[in-house]
Amino acid sequence: MTFINYAAREINCKIVYYGPGLCGKTTNLQWIYDKTNPQAKGKLISLATETDRTLFFDFLPLDLGTVRGFKTRFHLYTVPGQVFYDASRKLILKGVDGMIFVADSQEARMEANVESMANLEKNLKEQGYDLQNVPFALQLNKRDLPTALPAEEMYRQLNFKGEPTFEAVAMNGTGVFDTLKAVAKLVLTELKKK
Amino acid sequence: MYEEEYLQIKDTLQRLQVDSNAKIVFLVDKNGQQIATHGDMKGVDATSLASLTAGNVAATDGLAKLIGEKEFSILFHEGERDNIHISLVAQRVILVVIFDEKSSLGLVRLRVKKASLELERTFEQLVKKSEADRGRTDKFDSPFAEITDEDIDSLFSE
Repeated sequence: MTFINYAAREINCKIVYYGPGLCGKTTNLQWIYDKTNPQAKGKLISLATETDRTLFFDFLPLDLGTVRGFKTRFHLYTVPGQVFYDASRKLILKGVDGMIFVADSQEARMEANVESMANLEKNLKEQGYDLQNVPFALQLNKRDLPTALPAEEMYRQLNFKGEPTFEAVAMNGTGVFDTLKAVAKLVLTELKKK
Repeated sequence: MYEEEYLQIKDTLQRLQVDSNAKIVFLVDKNGQQIATHGDMKGVDATSLASLTAGNVAATDGLAKLIGEKEFSILFHEGERDNIHISLVAQRVILVVIFDEKSSLGLVRLRVKKASLELERTFEQLVKKSEADRGRTDKFDSPFAEITDEDIDSLFSE
């Protein structure tokens, strides 16, 4: 739920990056963190194991500026992608305003993508959301790898509701901000309807 | 959040901070959004504090459900210098008190109890108000009703 504080004139929105293990959710956040000017960002918090696998979540607060006199702040979260962290994943979806699904383009990971997408839909439902109504974008990551499937093929299998889809290489930032912008825009447009 | 209740909340937090001799008193919602704070926040990353607190409470909540408890309403973390006391208020917001040796767990618990009752009343009032407002949306204009695509684009101009 978007938290609008009329007294402090602030809007806070929560955006969650979802996807299978090692698909590049944390890399997305890391890139955004590295490329944002220091006044606009908070600390990047990463609750990860010693081998840099996300254990609970990564978190990055981002100030985008003001809209109609309201300061807009986006809280970016990633979930742990590994299958057995499902209980933790559910917790992070609480109060979500926008979702980004990061898919791994490698052919061998396609099954994991599909499984994770189904898991997202199920977990959202458990929290009382319908992905159909949640602002949502799809990112096809790791496009630079030789084993990457054609984008059209991935879109055919993963597309949920004709959501904005971006090809990305999170390691070098390609498509990272485009994906974030698309979802941020959808979230703010949603506010307009309310 | 309305101005009147916001001020009430700030007032309650201020009193709690003084009465319990705490360093920082902090109110967060269950999604990790900071609502209000009082005390010396210098050198403390408030946003991260809010988000980690909510994560902590959510994880503990999950643990409670696993063993058949409704919730664990109080969490306490003891450090070498500073301690954190976390409690749930009205099942919807999280009250965080950070204190050092100038205070004690007993005192904090006592004062938190009192402040929680006050906060509960304020939030009840808040819920009633927003429900009443919901019925007459025409009167309560959202500032975002007229938001334009240009407004949104300008956020991403850099």
